[in-house]
Amino acid sequence: MITPGDLIVRNRVLDAVRAFFRGRGYLAVETPVLLPVLIPERWIEPVACGGGFLQTSPEICMKRLLARGHARIFQICRCFRNGERGRLHLPEFSMLEWYRSGADYRGLMSESEDLVRSVLSSAAGFSGSLPDPFPRITVERAFSLYAGVSADEAVAAGEFERLLVERVEPALAEMGAVFLHDYPAELASLARLAPDGRVAERFELYVSGVELVNGFSELADPDEQRQRFAAELEICGGMMPDRFLDDLAGMGEAAGAALGIDRLVMLALGADRIDRAVAVTPEEL
Amino acid sequence: MYTASDLRKGLKLMVDGDPYIITDFEFSKPGKGQALYRCRMRNLLTGNSTDRTFRSNDRFEPAPLDERDMQYLYSQGDEFHFMDNSTYEQISMGRDILGDAVNFLIDNMEVKVLFYDGRPIDITLPIFVNLTVTKADPWVKGDTSGTDTKPVTVETGYVLQVPPFIEEGDKIQVDTRSGEYITRVKE
Repeated sequence: MITPGDLIVRNRVLDAVRAFFRGRGYLAVETPVLLPVLIPERWIEPVACGGGFLQTSPEICMKRLLARGHARIFQICRCFRNGERGRLHLPEFSMLEWYRSGADYRGLMSESEDLVRSVLSSAAGFSGSLPDPFPRITVERAFSLYAGVSADEAVAAGEFERLLVERVEPALAEMGAVFLHDYPAELASLARLAPDGRVAERFELYVSGVELVNGFSELADPDEQRQRFAAELEICGGMMPDRFLDDLAGMGEAAGAALGIDRLVMLALGADRIDRAVAVTPEEL
Repeated sequence: MYTASDLRKGLKLMVDGDPYIITDFEFSKPGKGQALYRCRMRNLLTGNSTDRTFRSNDRFEPAPLDERDMQYLYSQGDEFHFMDNSTYEQISMGRDILGDAVNFLIDNMEVKVLFYDGRPIDITLPIFVNLTVTKADPWVKGDTSGTDTKPVTVETGYVLQVPPFIEEGDKIQVDTRSGEYITRVKE
């Protein structure tokens, strides 16, 4: 149960995040939560509502804003993912997403590091360590070091997530704050592939073992994006987000990242469950 | 049939042909990937704990368990005899199954016995039981040794720490989950 003191910490974290982005020339935006069509993602179950769906992330509208020439935008909004509940999961949660034209995932890794450092270094409850700089380790290297198999083999065997959770993440937790980057191409439906074509330019930032930020160089090729969506739709069904794809042609090079606000508050509090970071948990409703 | 989303602490289910109870549970979903259900579970037959990770498409049979209200009758050596309150059928269980429960069993106690496939595998006692103290050192008033508890033996042979004023013949209430003294009972 959240205390008045915890709610004050939550306010401070939100203020610090907004101040960070305003200081860097980002525009705060708000986009619709109720959407007629979503980005097809097989492992995310949306909440159907009013003939459409509640957003699982604001990505689809924010990238359309990028394509219309808004070069630096951020948003803090509610997202909904049915059935996701655990120590680090809520079915309704607060997401920060930010996008930047002309940047790639390396630029956003640096920006994520600056953001997290600026919020957590002044949080009295934060008990982890923030190395300077945050180390960066490729998925390939992390899997060979900690899981004993190559990442590609793990994907092929359908064991990527299990090995990541059971073997890799505990090792990352020891490092304080660390970027895991260059994911197998199959695991990033919206990220651009690296020039070698084998990995996607995608990263996850782990802080004290908590997966906090997911970011990537955006795939800006509408044809390739359509093919990837078509493959995903064969598995999970749904509609093709045609208008998003129409706008994508105008987006140009860009990168974007998503951060779980409730998890950031949880770290700022030194809490070990996400429950303490939110005003009311779903079980209390 | 259970699905992965039914998994939670306390659920009893069949895994690899054995009945298990989930003792610890964590939902995890790395990087927009598939959901994982990480369980620590105890084999209800062997008592061994093991960690397993399940996926959203995993399915489980409920463990064919049956809990019956029974009464404890008596013990004979290492065998403890119980009677079903509704059918009057009698069964016996050994110390290996009963574990710490033998410390709290007194004649005519109402208990719940868990059956798997027709055989008893576990027992649930009342949370609080009243036991008679059969052996206690006398309370020395003005004792300045600084200890605020002393060991006593109760009618089942169990030894526990109690406040110094407890005497032989007293009845005390004990928490069967922790095995600890709660209060002295006046009769």
